Amino acid sequence: MDTVITISSGFFILVGCFLCFSGGVGLLRFPDFYTRMHAVGVTDTLGAGMILIGLMFISSDILVFAKLVMILLLTLLIGPTTSHVLAKAAYHNGLMPKALNKLKKNNDKEANSSTL
Amino acid sequence: MKHTISLFITLSAFWLLNSGHYSLLILSLGFASIILILVIAHKMDVIDQESQPLHLTPDIFGYSAWLIKEVVLSNISVVKHIWLKDKSISPTLTTIKISQQTDMGKLIYANSITLTPGTVAIDLVKDEIIVHALVDKDIETLNAGEMDRRVTRLER
Repeated sequence: MDTVITISSGFFILVGCFLCFSGGVGLLRFPDFYTRMHAVGVTDTLGAGMILIGLMFISSDILVFAKLVMILLLTLLIGPTTSHVLAKAAYHNGLMPKALNKLKKNNDKEANSSTL
Repeated sequence: MKHTISLFITLSAFWLLNSGHYSLLILSLGFASIILILVIAHKMDVIDQESQPLHLTPDIFGYSAWLIKEVVLSNISVVKHIWLKDKSISPTLTTIKISQQTDMGKLIYANSITLTPGTVAIDLVKDEIIVHALVDKDIETLNAGEMDRRVTRLER
């Protein structure tokens, strides 16, 4: 039983680490502010969630478990709030998404190719 | 009255789970601090439907389960787009209509949109939300309105 708990906790923590790492890669790879924010969304929802669930598996008593649940709920409330505040501040200060133009070009290309 | 009782129960549970010491002295100190908080909150007049949304309780668990499923699915899709090249993404900025009447419903909907990676609610103007999405397919999913319907049902 102990082995099963250890292995499943390790699995969840590993997946969480991979998701956090992916969020970091996305932060560097995406073209502009708004798309980068979506990459951060991965880190602070499922990335943090998976690591906390992994820790819940190996928590020794109910108090530690309850504290981890509280941290998880708090993260899930704070993450979207801060993303929204950042996005709103950027939008109201006139920062327009850069990559939209590229999308338009792609659409034009598609339209052209479909007419041909 | 029922909001006060609910706040008392919430604070007690929070205190008991965070403390872990159950001697008589510590328990009575905790009880005293909870009563103090209740008195202050009562004088500030903040104990009401907005701070203790009890009317949502029966349906909120079903909605949370559905939302967790959505969050996991959209996480997988965003991670896929991160590891593929930039070319696979098609960022979109658009406004979508919402059908919620109450502030609480609008808040839940906007927060749910932001919580699912791939879509961020930027601003809320009357009955429209400005949404930025990583892939334009996400906007179509929002416009199809399953999340909207579920939040509206939650409100009643």
